[in-house]
Amino acid sequence: MNPWNHDVAKDENDLVDVQVDGVWTRMPRGLNVVEVAQRAKKFIPHYCYHPKLSVVGNCRMCLFEMGTPKMGPDRKPVLGQDGKPEIAWMPRPQIGCATNITPGMGIKTDSPLVKDCRNGVMEFLLINHPLDCTICDQAGECKLQEYSVEYGTGESRFIENKVKKPKNVDLGARIVLDDERCILCSRCVRFSSEVMKDDVLGFVNRGSHSTLTAYPGKSFDNAYSLNTVDICPVGALTSKDFRFQMRVWFLKETKSICTSCGTGCNVTIGSREGKVHRLTPRENEAVNSLWMCDFGRLNFHFLESKDRLHRPLLRAAGEQFPGTWADAIQRSADGLKKVKPEDIAVVASGRLTLEELFVLKRLVTELGVTRVDTVLNLGQADNFLRSGDGNPNRRGTELLGLSSGGRKLGSWGAEIESGKIKALLVTGGEDVVAAGISAASLAKLELLIVSGISVHETTRMAHVVLPGAAFAEKTGSMVNVYGRLQRMTRAVPPPGEAREEWTILRDLRIALTGGNSLHSVEDVWKSMAAEVSQFSGLSWAKIGDLGIQIESVSQPAESVTG
Amino acid sequence: MAITQHRLIFKHIDAPGYTRDIACYRKHGGYEMLKKGLGMGGAAIREEVKKSQLRGRGGAGFPTGTKWGFIDPSKVTKPIYLICNADESEPGTFKDRQIIYKDPHQLIEGMILSCFANGVKLAYLYIRCEFTEGWRILETALAEAKAAGFLGKDILKSGYDLEIHVHRGAGAYICGEETGLIESLEGKRAYPRIKPPYFPAVLGLYMCPTIVNNVETLCNVRHIVEMGGDTYAKIGRPNNTGTRLLCVSGDVVRPGYYEFPCGAVTLGQLIYDVCGGIRNGRKLKAVIPGGSSAKVLRAGETYKMKAKDIHGNTVDREVRLEDLPMDFDSLAAAGSMAGSGGVIVMDDTRDMVECLANISAFYAHESCGQCTPCREGVLWLKKILARIAEGHGKEDDPALLRDVADRIAGRTICAFGEAAAWPVQSFIGKFKEEFQIRIRRNGTAAKTDTVSLTH
Amino acid sequence: MSVPLQAGMESCVGPEKGELTPAFESQADELISRYPVSKRSAVLPLLHLWQETFGYIGPRGVEWIAKKLSLQEIQVLELVTFYPWFRQKPVGRFHFRVCRTLPCALGGSGKTFAALKKLMNLSSDGHEGAMISEDGLFSLEYSECLASCGTAPVVLRNDEFYEKVDEKRAADLVAGCR
Repeated sequence: MNPWNHDVAKDENDLVDVQVDGVWTRMPRGLNVVEVAQRAKKFIPHYCYHPKLSVVGNCRMCLFEMGTPKMGPDRKPVLGQDGKPEIAWMPRPQIGCATNITPGMGIKTDSPLVKDCRNGVMEFLLINHPLDCTICDQAGECKLQEYSVEYGTGESRFIENKVKKPKNVDLGARIVLDDERCILCSRCVRFSSEVMKDDVLGFVNRGSHSTLTAYPGKSFDNAYSLNTVDICPVGALTSKDFRFQMRVWFLKETKSICTSCGTGCNVTIGSREGKVHRLTPRENEAVNSLWMCDFGRLNFHFLESKDRLHRPLLRAAGEQFPGTWADAIQRSADGLKKVKPEDIAVVASGRLTLEELFVLKRLVTELGVTRVDTVLNLGQADNFLRSGDGNPNRRGTELLGLSSGGRKLGSWGAEIESGKIKALLVTGGEDVVAAGISAASLAKLELLIVSGISVHETTRMAHVVLPGAAFAEKTGSMVNVYGRLQRMTRAVPPPGEAREEWTILRDLRIALTGGNSLHSVEDVWKSMAAEVSQFSGLSWAKIGDLGIQIESVSQPAESVTG
Repeated sequence: MAITQHRLIFKHIDAPGYTRDIACYRKHGGYEMLKKGLGMGGAAIREEVKKSQLRGRGGAGFPTGTKWGFIDPSKVTKPIYLICNADESEPGTFKDRQIIYKDPHQLIEGMILSCFANGVKLAYLYIRCEFTEGWRILETALAEAKAAGFLGKDILKSGYDLEIHVHRGAGAYICGEETGLIESLEGKRAYPRIKPPYFPAVLGLYMCPTIVNNVETLCNVRHIVEMGGDTYAKIGRPNNTGTRLLCVSGDVVRPGYYEFPCGAVTLGQLIYDVCGGIRNGRKLKAVIPGGSSAKVLRAGETYKMKAKDIHGNTVDREVRLEDLPMDFDSLAAAGSMAGSGGVIVMDDTRDMVECLANISAFYAHESCGQCTPCREGVLWLKKILARIAEGHGKEDDPALLRDVADRIAGRTICAFGEAAAWPVQSFIGKFKEEFQIRIRRNGTAAKTDTVSLTH
Repeated sequence: MSVPLQAGMESCVGPEKGELTPAFESQADELISRYPVSKRSAVLPLLHLWQETFGYIGPRGVEWIAKKLSLQEIQVLELVTFYPWFRQKPVGRFHFRVCRTLPCALGGSGKTFAALKKLMNLSSDGHEGAMISEDGLFSLEYSECLASCGTAPVVLRNDEFYEKVDEKRAADLVAGCR
């Protein structure tokens, strides 16, 4: 996926001896000094270096003091008392990002020379930098701020006029650029060029007047543009969506996964007091590396939509009225008991978690229902992360036997019309009207139960509407199109009285069959692991923050058609 | 005692009746050495260049034989390129101009020989665009050479093919830096590359092994082929062999370009004998011996140098400024450098603050802006100096200037950092009291000379 | 809220006027042929050709050259603004460049510049780009070292190079323009 992976050694077992701050240690040959120092728990600050982009060495922040083994007249290293090479230190510092370790190399990360180098770079970076901290989004996660505290001086000696550059530039549909804040590290230019293969950004003018820009009239609208906001070390590139919304130190960070398509990019949900303010990608080399698409990243505002379902709704006299959970569940159970199993159809959803699907499976089996299927929900595949499958957990529905790839669903409209299907349970907030079963057909149903997230055509036709939780509001697991099992954790509560769907389905099951042994998500897991072969031996804890590959799928079927 | 030049490269420059067309060049033996070189073979030519101890004449003085030795044409699978650096932009330097404008075929012959020696089939002549006529002259000369069978396919039936194209720069001093030049030739902003890993000998033009040589250096190759490396090495001094083209400008009676064996002329002889001394009856105050990047030398200075006495023992000597031989090692030992050979002379009417401000403005304008210390620091230096020159200096400014310069030199991607820092370090170091006086004179800053202050 | 993108176009006066001739195209193709390994290397020669033909490089030039070499426009604009020889607005029929670097400054180039400025009736200080006379006949700007320090001060008038240009010679150069 990435043209470079500087943080990955060619061979983890090909080790060489290097001395880091006086301590000899063994590290994989060929790694650069920034990575080696990190592994030795010594942080070398840097701006322009990025493990997934080409090395340019322009910020000069990672300067370190380098030494090489002293060579004797026999062209062999002179050994010291400890049996290790004696080191001759070079007066001229080197940049860590572009120096790959060799046997016997000496590395000093905090000598007086190194401290002076960093102090110098910090001073230089700040002399033309605008005093924007109080209004800059980057505050709290700004490398200039952080390294200034760690390695800077604290006082400025600069009394000349600063270089003025454009501020508040409309760089693209989703990005604002402030050229004065830019430290010209070129991470964004390299990302666009090397990862997106789109040379849309560049530097104009020269010297201290060098300025980042897109060509006038052209917009930086790449589908992955917001990743540059992540990698920009300062507040030069900011997200229009997040601009001035929330100070990052207030954000609670929750590990989860994006559910906008079948890839399941790992994300961090940034929320405060029950409201999600942003999503940022979470590193997972097996899925999305450090990236995510702009669409998925911004696809959380619907959580606050006016169309969210807050309370159970019951149909009476042609209209829907709010009701209690007890009433809604009772009405649903009573209604389903009145209909023969062969007359019931269930729409499972690729948006439900495995836990929710498992409970649904139990429900379906105990009811004796055979008509179960999912809605297709096609996505927009690109050459990078986005999957052609718009469902985040279609694989889950297949593993649990709840999907025929939409083939069965195609005929349900006719079967409803002909009276063969009298009751329909729709889960996951699927809009079956949009999927091809007309509202008129739905009107013919004796019972339509919809468990979902927002109001739409299907919910308006329902006899019972059960408000569910969206992705950021529930804990569970999903399997992406590549066969990777991943976890999501609830970050914010669902609105009003809405609940995680596995609890809704569990209560429905209790009302229908009386039995339940599933009291928590972990309980569900235990049962599921026992029944589904692909999950055997797994537990909730074992999935971990980065997930587990349970199948090997290199070419996922992106659209499953009949 | 008259100091005689040794006009080897400059043999035909300004010679009466000499014209730059190929016929005239051939009449004087031109392209005979190409024939000889083709017969010798590339490895033999490389060997002679090594024996000659020729050092690069662009400014760095790096041994050419060593530079060429980084590439072994028999082992390399990628194409090898050679680029002639005709981007002469170091202030004070105007020697390559003479060769290009007045004896272009010497350059071309030297270049063809160098290309042949290193297995190069495609070469570029990067010329600064301000040499507009020089560009046309070279295009004409190359066409003449091709027509005569000295370029193109199967040169003189040797089986060797070579194309040379002229490529015009566009006004950036940083294109004189070899990797900046390569980036520029690839059609990009002239950002010098980090080394490691982008050593031109390994990852140069189009990421292939590349040799970048100065105009004067390539001309020397032709003469080395003619006389042999050992004979060449006898000219000049050990490790400082051959002749050097020296350019003198500033406050001398006879500024101009001259050629001497390396170290055969001292700075004093150059200024007082060859160039007629300081003009208008003034006295010497300061001299920059190797282009504006070189550290300035102050009149009256002496330098501790190691020399060999008549018994061959190494002894310490104190050498006066006037007795400094104009060779690489001597000037380096004096704390400056031979550089590009651009000698800039300043007399005692000159204000050192103004001179340094002028030089700093040049570097601020020419910084490519790629790396932090140079981009931010060099402009800062200029702003401080401009403020001092305008009469608003502060007492801490000289120390601040030193500190800023110290934090640029040695910390940048390329030597431009040193080039911008050294003038500041040396002027402030050697003329500190002038800066202090100027700062104390704030507000009444009466300029004492005609140096135009740049902003 | 948003400020129009101006970076890199601060001195641009707009699209160039004039048509592209077949001769121009074939010259461009010849230049490109000198770089068999990478077309991109031809961008500087094409920029020179464009400027010599149209007087400056505006958006038409940037876009035509980008298309010709399969580059994005920004990759060409980067160069127009990096290299001082290229300009984004026309200059006078007679464009003067006076060297301001140390040896020429010692030689009195400041006086030369002032003299030329007066003769051409120009008013700004000349350190940021070319000043153009009202009638479009003259323009004047500073240049960095032109590599002829021994004959300071030196001046370029269009493509012609003049040495030892003191105030008197400067007047002759201007007079020679009418």
